[in-house]
Amino acid sequence: MNYNWNWGIFFEPAPSGTGSYLDMLLSGLALTIKTALLAWIIALIFGTVIGILRSLPSKTASWIGFGYVEFFRNMPLLVQLFLWFFVLPELLPRAAGIWMKQLPNAPFWTAAIGVGLFMSARVAVQLAAGIGSLPRGQQQAATALGLTTAQGYRYVLLPMAFRIIMPPLTSEFLNTIKNTSVAITIGLIELTGQARAMQEFSFQVFEAFTAATVMYLLINIVVVTGMRFLERGLAIPGYISGK
Amino acid sequence: MIEISHVNKWYGPNFQVLKDCTTRVAKGEVVVVCGPSGSGKSTLIKCVNALEPFQEGQIILDGIKVNDPRTDLPKLRARVGMVFQHFELFPHLRIIENLCLAQEKVLGRSHDEAVARGEKLLERVGLTAHASKYPAELSGGQQQRVAIARALAMDPIAMLFDEPTSALDPEMISEVLDVMVDLAHEGMTMMVVTHEMGFASKVAHRVIFMDRGEIVEDALKTEFFGSPRSERAQQFLSKILSH
Repeated sequence: MNYNWNWGIFFEPAPSGTGSYLDMLLSGLALTIKTALLAWIIALIFGTVIGILRSLPSKTASWIGFGYVEFFRNMPLLVQLFLWFFVLPELLPRAAGIWMKQLPNAPFWTAAIGVGLFMSARVAVQLAAGIGSLPRGQQQAATALGLTTAQGYRYVLLPMAFRIIMPPLTSEFLNTIKNTSVAITIGLIELTGQARAMQEFSFQVFEAFTAATVMYLLINIVVVTGMRFLERGLAIPGYISGK
Repeated sequence: MIEISHVNKWYGPNFQVLKDCTTRVAKGEVVVVCGPSGSGKSTLIKCVNALEPFQEGQIILDGIKVNDPRTDLPKLRARVGMVFQHFELFPHLRIIENLCLAQEKVLGRSHDEAVARGEKLLERVGLTAHASKYPAELSGGQQQRVAIARALAMDPIAMLFDEPTSALDPEMISEVLDVMVDLAHEGMTMMVVTHEMGFASKVAHRVIFMDRGEIVEDALKTEFFGSPRSERAQQFLSKILSH
């Protein structure tokens, strides 16, 4: 292989004029983190609402939950981002479409919302499974004490269900972070985007993507460690993972 | 206090779980409901606080019609204590928090007030030392006593027991029954589904015998144990008393 390794490349000034190549990658990393965090918040909020709907006895509620989940999980993420970014503005009334296209940071908002909604379907399914795994008597006990359905979920079912699904939720958080890289296709210059830009300017493709890989790895280690601490903090003495 | 008249309940179109059940429980009365498994006894008492819906007939609880759509069910349920076969304590809450939750969220008591009431009841069931433990750290008998205390904390006008000792080790049954006997002696209105004939003969005023969804026998304790009228009840009694 005829390739000139040059690990010093990171400290050379990038042609974008905003600092070194390392600075370029770091700004991509920051954008990846920002996008992933917002997407994860959206995924948790929508996932919780839809997960609850799916666990309710009402037919209408579970149909809404079913439709939502199947819509968002059966389309490739890439297609969904294209849909929100390129197709939606065309379908809206002209003025609204133009307004959307001219939004500052449109790729960022589209990516965060798009990835967030995509992931929310997965959170919803897991939460519904977590609620379903609780003994039926838990809800009955809450109801018999006079708690309303909403209070029963808030104080009894959800605290337990979220504890139970903590391990798979960690995986979903990691997936959310990795999925933001798809946003490169709608022009979001996050970590993967910056690595590609660096490769195009410097021709040091291996260095660029090695660095990007290490950075993804680092964020994910932080997340895994954080979630492990959270899990331990929320563990119930004498119960499941509690000691 | 509790008036059950001509209650019919079906699961699906063909399976009738309750057939024309009619009975009443007067204030201060202790009624034991017994019968073979699948006879509908648990279903019947769950109809009393509307944990289970029923299609025909009516149940009136302290003058309020349970199956009236205008009835504020959470409010009504808060006035009737219920104890379950599998305790159904909330595993993520400490014992004292289990006792306080509904007092605060349903009755609107202040936290201090709820804790005071909870501590008093824990003392009564002999579990003061366990107030800050979690349910999984207690034995089955202790958990069930907490569950009784949790129901009593709502100052109920009547108590429903759904096989409160069926899930317990034999050596723990008496500690739970003792609490129930005390309650009965204090004049609490109680409807108890149980196989504990010793308890029935000690404190029940009346015994209801159910079979295949029907109330086969509804008699004073002395009559029931002395000379049950129906052959089915005779068979049942001879089997469970002879073992």
